Amino acid sequence: MKGRMVRLAGGDRPAVGFRLDGRSLEARAGDTVLTAVLTQVGSLRLSEFGDGPRAGFCLMAACQDCWMWTEDGGRLRACDTPVSEGMALRTTPPGDETWPTRAS
Amino acid sequence: MADPRIVIVGAGPAGCRAAECLAAAGIRPLVLDEAPASGGQIYRRPPPALDRPARSLYGADAAKAEALHRSFDALAKRVDYRPATTVWGLDGDRLFVRRGSEAAVVGFDRLILATGATDRVMPVRGWTRPGVYTLGGAQIALKAQGVAIGSPVVFIGAGPLLVLVAWQYAKAGAKVAAVLDTSRLADQCAALPLLAARPGMLARGAGLRLALKRMQVSVHQGVSPLEITGDAGGVGGVAWRAPDGSLRDVAANAVALGWHLRSETQLAELAGCDFDFDPVWRQWTPRTDRFGRSSRGDVYLAGDGMKILGADGAELAGRLAATAVLEDIGRLPQGARPDRLERRQKRFARFSRGLARAFPFPAEACRSLADDALLCRCEAITVGEYRATLQRTGASELNRAKALSRVGMGRCQGRYCGAAAAEIVASGETPVAGAGRLRPQAPIKPLPAGVRAGAGDQAEEA
Ligand code: FES
Repeated sequence: MKGRMVRLAGGDRPAVGFRLDGRSLEARAGDTVLTAVLTQVGSLRLSEFGDGPRAGFCLMAACQDCWMWTEDGGRLRACDTPVSEGMALRTTPPGDETWPTRAS
Repeated sequence: MADPRIVIVGAGPAGCRAAECLAAAGIRPLVLDEAPASGGQIYRRPPPALDRPARSLYGADAAKAEALHRSFDALAKRVDYRPATTVWGLDGDRLFVRRGSEAAVVGFDRLILATGATDRVMPVRGWTRPGVYTLGGAQIALKAQGVAIGSPVVFIGAGPLLVLVAWQYAKAGAKVAAVLDTSRLADQCAALPLLAARPGMLARGAGLRLALKRMQVSVHQGVSPLEITGDAGGVGGVAWRAPDGSLRDVAANAVALGWHLRSETQLAELAGCDFDFDPVWRQWTPRTDRFGRSSRGDVYLAGDGMKILGADGAELAGRLAATAVLEDIGRLPQGARPDRLERRQKRFARFSRGLARAFPFPAEACRSLADDALLCRCEAITVGEYRATLQRTGASELNRAKALSRVGMGRCQGRYCGAAAAEIVASGETPVAGAGRLRPQAPIKPLPAGVRAGAGDQAEEA
């Protein structure tokens, strides 16, 4: 799917290359991970409670709806993490990790 | 004797002004702030690569934003400022903080909490679809990142931020499909005597509505939002009921919603401060004296984290709290005139009560939410499941209901479900104050992997 967010200003900044689920994509310097991802695709992750995809909510590090995964198994909060060259992001957890689940 | 260690949490309008006052009296406070740059949410600075003239970022408040930034930047040598630092816990006179994956413990003799606020929201069926954001979030996207959350966008809610953000979007070139205001003109009329405390602000709000009209944006009042429609891909539109009972809908691929703000009070809770229920704002806030002294002798509050007074009120509150600290440690400079600050603060408080009355939280709409609406975004728990738990167990208090249903226990710790959950618990005879308030737990924000929540093995900072 195409991007959800629409750039209105500052599109002439230098490019930053990153990977999303194995695909090579381009963001702009100064983008958060959330902006970088959502200007390209429609969501950040799937809700682990089966109610569909999520794309963040508060953008101020309060709701915790925007956590994503990195290829090396790390997690990050997309709305207050700046994107950086070579970042390898995932919309799904690597392996069978889920976090946290209602059962645990 | 060494200076007492004074710590300020938050570098928005309140925290910055508190730091300035302390520095002016020769005290070097430690300022811990979650953001990478000072200014708070309202005067947030975009990352350097995206910087734009203050006028285009802060509009009518450009001069205030610049003044705040300038004054705090000028303090550089006189405050110990730690940006990008999250305070995630508090125990006794110690704060638990992290920066990146580094954790530390910070002790304090006096603590000023200037933790700000987040959007107050109510659930609407479909509000977890991708493309739904808070009003504050929509504003951050635009100002700090130069992106719109989508286009066309529907704005839903009540309060000054509703028309402001809609107008900012329209002006920046996004399409605004509609502004759905849940408050009624009658609410605003009833609040006029209070709102008259700040005629300039009142005129600004009216001017924004007029400007939207001129841009041919339709603003509907007295609306009941029914559903944010769409599919797995995200938002498709909004269905709502007009005051005359007719059902309406509008197409859009993004929604911004919010009903004013709610104070971020988790640290005051962990500090054991007493709270009072504010019936006008329909929320619990820490009990303070006129200067921001809490019920605990060494903890002070300032800004929207104490009471929603807005940015100007927050600057004043920061000064007042710092004045109280200085007085309490016997360092109040000669000729300080806190009574003047106090008089202005009274005017802001009056206006704030007016705003709460003019743009009320839709408590009734929360109580009559559909059973299949999600109440808890974090763990996808529906209103119906919550009601069933209340009925089955007879729980009539929020924390008991939380333990039994998990609503309020998720990653957001009830920041976004709490207001509605309280109304649902209170449904029927119980007034909403009787539902109590959700108690936070440390860590008040989740810690990334690699940061240990246990504090015992962490070095105390020098
Ligand atoms: S969008 Fe809410 S924490 Fe990131």
